[in-house]
Amino acid sequence: MSDLLRTPLYELHVSNGGKMVPFAGYEMPVQYQSGVLKEHLHCRKSVGLFDVSHMGQVLIKGNNFLNIALELETLMPISITQLAKERQRYGFLTNISGGIIDDLMLSNRGDHVYMVVNAACKNIDVPHIIKNVRTLEVELLEDRSLLALQGPLAENILLKFNKSIKEMRFMDIATVTILGAECWVSRSGYTGEDGFEISIPSNVAVEFSKSLLEFEEVQLIGLGARDSLRLEAGLCLYGHDIDAETSPIEAGLLWAIQKSRREEGIDSGGFPGEERIFDEIKNGPTKKRIGIKPLARAPMREGTILYSDAEGSNEIGRITSGGFGPTFGGPLSMGYIDAKYSIKETQVFGAVRDKLLPAVIVSLPFVNTNFKR
Amino acid sequence: MKYTEEHEWLTIEGNIVTVGITEHAAEQLGDVVFVELPEIGDDVSKDDSICVIESVKAASDILAPLDGKIVEINNAIVETPSLVNEDPSEGAWFFKIEVSDMSPMDEYMDEAAYLSFVK
Repeated sequence: MSDLLRTPLYELHVSNGGKMVPFAGYEMPVQYQSGVLKEHLHCRKSVGLFDVSHMGQVLIKGNNFLNIALELETLMPISITQLAKERQRYGFLTNISGGIIDDLMLSNRGDHVYMVVNAACKNIDVPHIIKNVRTLEVELLEDRSLLALQGPLAENILLKFNKSIKEMRFMDIATVTILGAECWVSRSGYTGEDGFEISIPSNVAVEFSKSLLEFEEVQLIGLGARDSLRLEAGLCLYGHDIDAETSPIEAGLLWAIQKSRREEGIDSGGFPGEERIFDEIKNGPTKKRIGIKPLARAPMREGTILYSDAEGSNEIGRITSGGFGPTFGGPLSMGYIDAKYSIKETQVFGAVRDKLLPAVIVSLPFVNTNFKR
Repeated sequence: MKYTEEHEWLTIEGNIVTVGITEHAAEQLGDVVFVELPEIGDDVSKDDSICVIESVKAASDILAPLDGKIVEINNAIVETPSLVNEDPSEGAWFFKIEVSDMSPMDEYMDEAAYLSFVK
């Protein structure tokens, strides 16, 4: 694993029994000693600490926020001009065919934009943005770590480091001093639980993590449970559930395209792939991302082909993420299906090891989210 | 007790061989969430894939260690797959196979050989 990068928390993972695997060019912990199932359940009832320092943290600066927002709006169908100060928003960069280059979290930080992008895409996103904006300064930060503190007791724990976080609501972002260091804290995450993502200077990231782990409520959570948590919450994983081919409309992400950017909106269009995206908004996409609940116990994993009939003669879709949901208490999947079969409770069949097993279309998420709105 | 390179353990009583997976295998698999067993009466050949185990991470197969006929299966692990993690070397046996020719057993490892194999 010599070519792989390590986050500043590498030693902490190893000393806590982290099983390190290659992920997006990094050596990351897939699980710790207690295992994926227990880590998942722990996060849902207490607090999980995730090292997500492999993700790309990007600062975008310009003359003023409006300027930055207008330029970035040419790269994504998201309203940035109307994003209030100290607020965060989910978004995605689109390509000229209306596919998704990457999905991301974007924040209005007053005089600049702060973005968190996928680890595997950061070296694509940053050059793409630089190439397409005229006046902005785009910087991929190398000296900050990113930690996620997720779960119903996350607020109680983070309060012990700075009381100001109590005022924050879901998708707020603020500068918060933690252990004397300037941190950028957002009330958001990737688990469906209340929680925070904390951008912290790398030279205090280990000390902060160790202080968090002194609370018995806090446990390290690996990538395995991160995946089952986000799957239960119905959240997309880039490169699996969304990619350069799938459009945001097929992916069920219309909610993230504010009305002002749609065809009839005041800041309509002007982003790559607008033609396909507007057409799909108006006429409906040919396939849609849906939740799939296998009716037997066998999980239906990524790549499983879906059919409308028990004989497997009519192929209608494919699973893009699937596994077992510890909180859901059974197998669960998401994938794409021909639009006419996308109605809730439609029965379909998935090909698992040469057998066609029944499954049913369900709405997402599988487990209710628990955000502090 | 004998061990295969596929991390199965085998115990012999007369011409019946009981098959399970080792603690090492259970630990590597992670939390088991689904088990599919062969059916009683199935005729199986050595190295046939006859069981499926799925953990939170991935699916894997269990191979028939010998030629024979399945005479008993452990439905408890189908009902409660987590038994495979809790008690892999005893309670969570997978199947019993009636064998006519025991000679392939000689190829399999004893405990000392298996322990050095997984080191």
